[in-house]
Amino acid sequence: MARLFEYQSKRLLALGGIPIPDGAVASTPEEARDIAARIGKPVVLKIQVWLTGRAGLGGIQFASNPAEAEEKARQLLGMKIRNFVVDKVLVEQKLAIKAEYFVGLVLDDSLKRPLLVFSPAGGTGVEEMARLHPEKVARQAIDVVKGFPEYEARNMLIKAGIGGNLLLKIADLLTKLYQVARSNDARSAEVNPLVLTEDDAVYAADCHIVVDDYAVYRHPEMGIEVAREFDRPPTELEKIAYRIEEKDHRGTFYFFQMVEKVEAADKYIGFHGAGGGGSMMSMDAVLNRGFKLANYCDTSGNPPASKVYRAAKIILSQPGIMGYFASGSGVASQEQYHSARGLVKAFHEERLAIPAVIRLGGNFEEKAVEILKAYLKDIPGVVEGYGRDDSPEFCSRRLEELVAGNQALGHEVKPFSEVPVPENAYAFATLTGRISIDQQKCAACRTKGCIEACTYKVLKLEEGKPVLAIPVEEAKRGKCTECLACEIFCTFHEQDAIVIRLPIPGLKEYREKIIAGINIY
Amino acid sequence: MAILVNSETRVAIQGITGREGMTRAQLMKDYGTKVVAGITPGRGGQDVYGVPVFDSVAQAWEKEGPLDASVIFVPAASVKNAALEAIDVGVRLLVIVPDRVPIHDVLEIAARAGEKGVKFVGPNTLGLVSPGQAVLGMIGGRAERAREWFRPGSVGVSSRSGGMTSAMSYYLTQAGLGQSTIIHVGGDAIIGLSHPEVMELFEQDPETRLAVMFGEIGTTQEERVADLIEKGKFTKPLIAYVGGKAAKSGTRFSHAGAIVEGSRGSYETKVKRLKEVGVHVVEVISDIPKEAKQILG
Repeated sequence: MARLFEYQSKRLLALGGIPIPDGAVASTPEEARDIAARIGKPVVLKIQVWLTGRAGLGGIQFASNPAEAEEKARQLLGMKIRNFVVDKVLVEQKLAIKAEYFVGLVLDDSLKRPLLVFSPAGGTGVEEMARLHPEKVARQAIDVVKGFPEYEARNMLIKAGIGGNLLLKIADLLTKLYQVARSNDARSAEVNPLVLTEDDAVYAADCHIVVDDYAVYRHPEMGIEVAREFDRPPTELEKIAYRIEEKDHRGTFYFFQMVEKVEAADKYIGFHGAGGGGSMMSMDAVLNRGFKLANYCDTSGNPPASKVYRAAKIILSQPGIMGYFASGSGVASQEQYHSARGLVKAFHEERLAIPAVIRLGGNFEEKAVEILKAYLKDIPGVVEGYGRDDSPEFCSRRLEELVAGNQALGHEVKPFSEVPVPENAYAFATLTGRISIDQQKCAACRTKGCIEACTYKVLKLEEGKPVLAIPVEEAKRGKCTECLACEIFCTFHEQDAIVIRLPIPGLKEYREKIIAGINIY
Repeated sequence: MAILVNSETRVAIQGITGREGMTRAQLMKDYGTKVVAGITPGRGGQDVYGVPVFDSVAQAWEKEGPLDASVIFVPAASVKNAALEAIDVGVRLLVIVPDRVPIHDVLEIAARAGEKGVKFVGPNTLGLVSPGQAVLGMIGGRAERAREWFRPGSVGVSSRSGGMTSAMSYYLTQAGLGQSTIIHVGGDAIIGLSHPEVMELFEQDPETRLAVMFGEIGTTQEERVADLIEKGKFTKPLIAYVGGKAAKSGTRFSHAGAIVEGSRGSYETKVKRLKEVGVHVVEVISDIPKEAKQILG
């Protein structure tokens, strides 16, 4: 779920006709001063982070003049709270508050409708109010076909004890809030507090809107960078992973980090699931054996080998992990050997030295396990492959045993290096990478096994050398599925003439920082 | 018997000429599903594996006769339109396969479906299968695989995870226990038929003697199943697994969410509620067949 900052949420409210305090967002102390000068009254400065309880963290400050606003902004900008570094403060006119209320809109899964909640107690006390005096909290489910007429808003407010002129003002605000939420595809929209000022005006003093990830495409104006559910800004590694997902729609790839730093004393592992439910079940199995997860990752929906490869490279950019665990539902409809090949390429390049347990259950799992066994026996780490009749519990027990017996201890992140390719090599582009063939080496090849390995018939033999059997554009458009079969065959059985480069933008620099010990958080 | 779909159900496929629609049309037909019409606006007059294609649902209905169910394979952005069209014409059951359907579109589909008493499964679902009779959607992948993995019997399966729907059913089959109907309710926050609604259907189905449910953290589905049992509306034995024990209970951001759901949604609450009402909650998936055998005797 894509969260909007307070200032972004308020912009949407203002566009929907809801009154908000006069103000603007500042990225520098000077900007804060200018905004305060324009307002010409005492102001409040609020850090823009996705956290509640900002006042308690010192993230809300008051200033009575522009110079003070500048000074306060200087204190707030750059402040570090959990994973956030404050880079924006909202500077707003300070309100003379007479009363505070709460308004929230959520999508209720049991009613399958938007549900509007109003509480006559706003601020942080709202949940307590709801628990102790549920009768005072009004709720109204909304029929999206009929809409939300003002009389329904008035009726719910009357139930909550609101009357007089205030009734009309808040009812108007509620109907507009529903419109804002609906037209912006909000998963939730919350105004807390809704403020009544001394001069009897109503303002949305704070607001949080969360936008539906699946509808972000309808709102390019929101400028959402990573449309995923986070309770903090994405880490650098997560952004690298997201850029891959964004550009390659074959199957899905989801990656996030569970800890800031892997501590050597704890049993952290890299986790690579397949499918939400299967991943969750597998995750439970490893956690039950006392492992901790450095990350959560899920490649599913029939991803190509290249995507699984990139996922593995990203997982293996986390120093200190003690093992690698890959497991999905166990009975997948997709051909499992694609994932196996992706892992083979990644583990080889990394010279993986920690143990890995790979559970690839589903269609053609025997072939997948065979691929792992055949091609990963020469790397320092032990890799074991399993199928649908081996439970996640059994597999996590195996990983535990292997980790206990491993002398290499934690995973060491290596520089991101690329295999050199001769300049005159035969080469063509694929959807997300580039395949080059050093044809001089092909002379010594007896089997020409790359042609047979290419089940999609992208390659053919011409004068004893492999070349594209299809137009270059078709290979680039995705006819070559990046299954990696030709490269693996050539590397392990023949002349090592084929190199498939699958770039991961930003990973090289990221690893340099990791190796140099630079704090990336 | 089975629920929702059987060998007599007359099925339409919306988006039949697309890559996914075409592949799954073949799976459904090969398995024995009565696929009577396909719909792709602009492609009327073609045929896909012997299924006639029409420009609209209304046209398909007029030419081929009543349609009981429609399986939707159109792009996510067009799902709302396709679903409302089918509801409008009178189709009683929709299976919405696509992932990433905007949630406000789903709310609108739910509202229209509610008005007309139409049921829908999904979005983001592999679909459902009544073993030996018919499959709707893409569950099983290929007909021969679906026949091998799923067998007719008396266990009703409902799952929030696609992969686990097949996995649990396969393990039951391996243990010699067949299934009445297997349904993947879909992974999204707002879905058509959710676990409690599926349990009510299993309750009415004489063939189903036992239900198996794969739950997950988030939403209130599992708690609502517990409520149902408490009220005596679901009386058959139920085996449940709840995934996501390990997930950090996220920093809750929304007060409104907390007010509406209270502590519902967490692993602990779900397991506690289910156990309270006598559900057999298993810790590991592989215990399901054992437990099922004991219950069925």
